[in-house]
Amino acid sequence: MVNRIDQVFIELKSQGRKALMAYVTGGYPSLPAMDRAVREIVKAGVDLVEIGVPFSDPIADGPTIQFSSQKALEGGITPARLFDWVKTFRRTHETPVVLMTYMNPIQTMGLASFARRARTAGVDGVIVPDLIIEEGGPLEKALGPAGIHLIYLVAPTTPPPRRTEIARRSRGFLYAVSLTGVTGVRRALPKGLGTFIADVRRRSPVPVAVGFGISDAAQARQAAAQADGVIVGSAFIHRMKNREPLVPFVRSLRRALDGA
Amino acid sequence: MTGFDRHSVPLLRDLPDVRGYFGAYGGRFVPETLMAPLVELEAAFRKFRRDLTFRRELNGFLKNFAGRPTPLLFAENLTKRLGGPRVYLKREDLCHTGAHKVNNTLGQCLLAKRLGKKRVIAETGAGQHGVGTATACALLSLSCEVYMGAEDMERQALNVFRMRSMGAKVIPVTSGSRTLKDAINEAMRDWVTNVQTTFYCIGSVVGPHPYPWMVREFQSVIGREVKHQIRDYQTGDPDALVACVGGGSNAIGLFAPFYDHKRVKFFGVEAGGEGLRSGRHSATLCTGRPGVLHGAYTYLMQDDNGQVLGTHSISAGLDYPAVGPEHAFYKDSGRATYVAATDKEALAGFKLLNETEGLSAALESSHALGSLPRLVRPMKNSQSVVLCLSGRGDKDMGQLTGILHLGSSDPKNT
Ligand SMILES: Cc1ncc(COP(=O)(O)O)c(C=O)c1O
Repeated sequence: MVNRIDQVFIELKSQGRKALMAYVTGGYPSLPAMDRAVREIVKAGVDLVEIGVPFSDPIADGPTIQFSSQKALEGGITPARLFDWVKTFRRTHETPVVLMTYMNPIQTMGLASFARRARTAGVDGVIVPDLIIEEGGPLEKALGPAGIHLIYLVAPTTPPPRRTEIARRSRGFLYAVSLTGVTGVRRALPKGLGTFIADVRRRSPVPVAVGFGISDAAQARQAAAQADGVIVGSAFIHRMKNREPLVPFVRSLRRALDGA
Repeated sequence: MTGFDRHSVPLLRDLPDVRGYFGAYGGRFVPETLMAPLVELEAAFRKFRRDLTFRRELNGFLKNFAGRPTPLLFAENLTKRLGGPRVYLKREDLCHTGAHKVNNTLGQCLLAKRLGKKRVIAETGAGQHGVGTATACALLSLSCEVYMGAEDMERQALNVFRMRSMGAKVIPVTSGSRTLKDAINEAMRDWVTNVQTTFYCIGSVVGPHPYPWMVREFQSVIGREVKHQIRDYQTGDPDALVACVGGGSNAIGLFAPFYDHKRVKFFGVEAGGEGLRSGRHSATLCTGRPGVLHGAYTYLMQDDNGQVLGTHSISAGLDYPAVGPEHAFYKDSGRATYVAATDKEALAGFKLLNETEGLSAALESSHALGSLPRLVRPMKNSQSVVLCLSGRGDKDMGQLTGILHLGSSDPKNT
């Protein structure tokens, strides 16, 4: 079976379009509210959803996602409940679902058990922001046979030869971190982003998606210029926190990308 | 996680391995952004630890600035009171700034200087590492910012003032449990953001490779001195070494130089808080399970879903839900034994040393003292034990006046 992530990128490529990926924190503000939000934004034009599996100590996240993670944990969210959610979502949707979580929740569940449960639920990929290629071997071995992609991150501080190596190891797509820093909305994208993304894309056999700090349509267009897609996270959480509608935001991002 | 052949017992020089593993523990679990600076740091440390100019400069500061070597005191009254083996105290409490932490901060800040980084950040629990970093930065003209849990700022207010008076900026951390764990989270986020200009000076043998190794090397001066100093009193090695374990740097500093001397027993004392069964403690090695926190695979206090648990200890410096990966390895391989001392036992340890030797230990070190009566019980009078008096109690006096009602006729506070 072809992985849904690969399928989406093939389709988008044939249409000459860029992927719009949305991150939401699993169980924020509650599991039913998150469910509604995901269905809404997918309908409005999101191509791939990333579900954050909250961790108590998210060192790669800024205040917005720290807050939503803490709230979700206080609300009683667990990996098991999120697997159940994916299973339910799969009854109606073929949208790729990627879990984003830190190494400890995976480690605690056990790599093999995590892979098995993710596969049964219908998860397509996993992003682990505190997992570098030197430590990723065991998780690759667990996820690979389950048909789940392990998506690695590449950063502006990554030396060029290492960028090639990471791109070679990444499955589904390569997550290019736009800036040196944590997640969270920024007023502007860093200078030199285009050059960095172009370099990474030249080296990568898989599509390249840009994330961290993308806050609005203009930034999405700018970030997507050299890439295959963009990932928007904190800007969604921010709107969910303020009870602002998500659909107009998705539409504006979509228009920006399709016009790009 | 990989390691080496579990049947071969490694020598200290093979710990950690090239990937930063102590047996199954350690490694690098960090955002990719930090990989380049960690590689740079590792290369710099490998180079400068052999560099004569660097070593001369560091040793000069250790001697003339920090006051090393610190004495090894035969605690005669304490020995008599316990009625067991001879007890020696390694006097890290006499280090400038009042704790062993300065051994490490001088080393790391000198390294920061060599790397051309002008801004140093640190986390602190008890404030001793923060003070140590602020001191080294003042000495070396580096700018210094220290993350400290809001709760710890309250209980260690004196150290906040000391840091500020040396020109350091103290940043309160209000996320999570508002203690050391969260201060490290914030410091790592800062480092990820400012990696080009900033050196992260970690305060214990924790974090991603090369930190646990590098901090051990800087703290090993403790054990190396003991090796020589014990010769003034006896012919052989001591029979046992005792130290408190928060992240584990004073303990590793004392233990590691004796690692290959297999007849020397190691005892690490964790914070037992209100008792291991109460759930309110920080005894990671005694009760935790392996997991990943702050860049390393090590023992953690965590729930069934891998969420890190809140901790409690009367001492801010031990109030931490993880532990250095080298200790995790010492535990699994049986090289060291880890026990816990409760808040009450620590207070008893604090009083015991005051009364017998006229020395006021830090609350952290008081945990080691609190366990000492139990640890020496099976030992013979002809044997000897060295306890690391990792710091002095000045910083804790404010907190202690609220807890110990001395001079009152009420004896129940012991
Ligand atoms: C005096 C003293 N001892 C011990 C510790 C615990 O740290 P470690 O276990 O790294 O020695 C601290 C930490 O703040 C301290 O101040």
